[in-house]
Amino acid sequence: MSARFTLVDSTLRDGSHAVSHQFTEAHVRDVVRALDAAGVPVIEVSHGDGLGGASFNYGFAAVDERTLLEVAAEALDQAELAVLLIPGIGVAEDLHDVRDIGATVARIATQCTEADIAEQHIGVAKDLGMTAVGFLMMAHMLEPQELLEQAKRMESYGADAVYVTDSAGALTIDGVRARVGTLAAGLSCGVGVHAHNNLQLAVANSLAALEEGADWIDACARGLGAGAGNTPMEVLVATCDKLNIVTGVDTFKIMEVAEEIVAPIMERPQIVDRAGLLLGYAGVYSSFLLHAERAAERFRVDLAELLIELGNRKLVGGQEDMIVDVAAGLATASAAAQHTG
Amino acid sequence: MTTVGCSIIGSGNIGSDLMYKLQGSSTLDLKAVVGIDPTSEGLARARSLGLRTSHDGISWLLERHADLGVQIVFDATSAKVHARHAPLLEQAGLTAIDLTPAARGPAVVPTVNLGVHVDASNVNLITCGGQATIPIVAAVSRVCPVPYAEIVSTVASVSAGPGTRSNIDEFTRATASGLESLAGAACGKAIILLNPADPPILMRNTVYCGLPDDADLDLIRRSIEEMVQDVAAYVPGYRLRAAPIFDEGPYVTPSGPVSTRVTALLEVEGAGDYLPTYAGNLDIMTACAVRVGELVAQSRLTTEVSA
Repeated sequence: MSARFTLVDSTLRDGSHAVSHQFTEAHVRDVVRALDAAGVPVIEVSHGDGLGGASFNYGFAAVDERTLLEVAAEALDQAELAVLLIPGIGVAEDLHDVRDIGATVARIATQCTEADIAEQHIGVAKDLGMTAVGFLMMAHMLEPQELLEQAKRMESYGADAVYVTDSAGALTIDGVRARVGTLAAGLSCGVGVHAHNNLQLAVANSLAALEEGADWIDACARGLGAGAGNTPMEVLVATCDKLNIVTGVDTFKIMEVAEEIVAPIMERPQIVDRAGLLLGYAGVYSSFLLHAERAAERFRVDLAELLIELGNRKLVGGQEDMIVDVAAGLATASAAAQHTG
Repeated sequence: MTTVGCSIIGSGNIGSDLMYKLQGSSTLDLKAVVGIDPTSEGLARARSLGLRTSHDGISWLLERHADLGVQIVFDATSAKVHARHAPLLEQAGLTAIDLTPAARGPAVVPTVNLGVHVDASNVNLITCGGQATIPIVAAVSRVCPVPYAEIVSTVASVSAGPGTRSNIDEFTRATASGLESLAGAACGKAIILLNPADPPILMRNTVYCGLPDDADLDLIRRSIEEMVQDVAAYVPGYRLRAAPIFDEGPYVTPSGPVSTRVTALLEVEGAGDYLPTYAGNLDIMTACAVRVGELVAQSRLTTEVSA
């Protein structure tokens, strides 16, 4: 019996945030081979911020993503290769090159309120014969009906599926249910969920999404991803196994991938510490975490205070430059208070 | 003659804001606003200012520009439409100042190359992000080589219209190209983000420049601060949020490893002539258009006097 949904691994894309984009060719080769052998059907490889994300703003990569994609394409056997593209950061032209390298799935992500900037890119992906998946990021910022309106636009541009992307890991189980259910009822194309574990709800949210009809679910080995991490692939697969939900992925093989291949690469475990928790609590884009830690240290401000203020400012994905702005502002305010106090 | 006649094509938000800005010009005399929609509020506003208007588009203007005394035409339509207008305006001997991304002629950034293309028949203003950031990169490159420059423009969702939204890629490409060809960076990158926060955010621009090892950081800081003042002279709401910030890498940029970078955090608050103040991205375009138009006009007037 085959799976009724598609599992997408983002260890080598969302996970890139967790390693400050320092994946090597060897990392990619080993992880892709192992995921592929475990039966993972779609494997995403790109800079954490998508194609063209290597930058001062998000961090430069140790190895050019084209090279990593070539390595991945070579290491694959049965799985499909996916890429992420955020219009405004990467350009539609980037899809031509990666398609030639072997990518067949293009995930086009926008801030959930701005689906219309992706029309060009979804169109190009379809013209290139790729599966086009729309990502509505920071999905907690829109109510289900409004999210559906944006999703419908992506569908009209040709998207084969649209994701409820919980970039801040801020959605509760009911929040995911409502959004997935509304999209599943209102769209003809597929519906996906990309969960972050900042509130420790990623696995539960993913299971709830499946119950509501989601046909695409993202996960990462050991949850390696931005913020407190993503849905841990091995935990989701093992749990589905116990629930008799077919995933197409071998439970023990994926456990091995997580334990033997990915865990050794990780600089630190994906736990929900205070900073990770605050991302979900305050609604902060998960990839801000490491940048915020550095800014807090550099400007000598409290990390928790910084994260809460980032949430108050309603920043969206990509606005890493504002972290320095807010931290500098907090430092100045604090210095002023000390002088007057 | 102490003024040069001009006209605006495009009666939307940008055209309207431009119209109000031109009322205060001492060298440009706005004669007419032209559009294609008879019910256009922009055209009605123009009429209330006593201006000639037409909803017959560019053809109306081409028929009577000589009678009106129009020499300079501001095109605030769209890239596709201006592409059609450009050759027609050139044939008619009119100078076009293009506020769209059509980029038919050379690009102009007032504080960088204002005088260079004063006799060109068609000049464009690149993008709002370009106008906001190219001066800063130029301020650095006049002090030391800039191997890599990167900018991040963030605008309020409500001030990004359909034109911007369907041309995001062109925005990043045109701006990056400007960082290289006008601002002097060996390699440039541009990022644009839309933020839906309510109340709408002011336009933000972050400029990063990779620096050579021996760069004089103090000189760079002062150069940036001086440039900000120069831009603020025609875009009053243009300001630094903090003093330029220097960081040690190393950074593995597309131009090779770089050990130091400077970050300039900028904000552009619109003047509010017609557009709301959060639309600094649109305001900087109209302010630049007026600045460029006035220079072209001044040059014409000087030529006449000496002829």
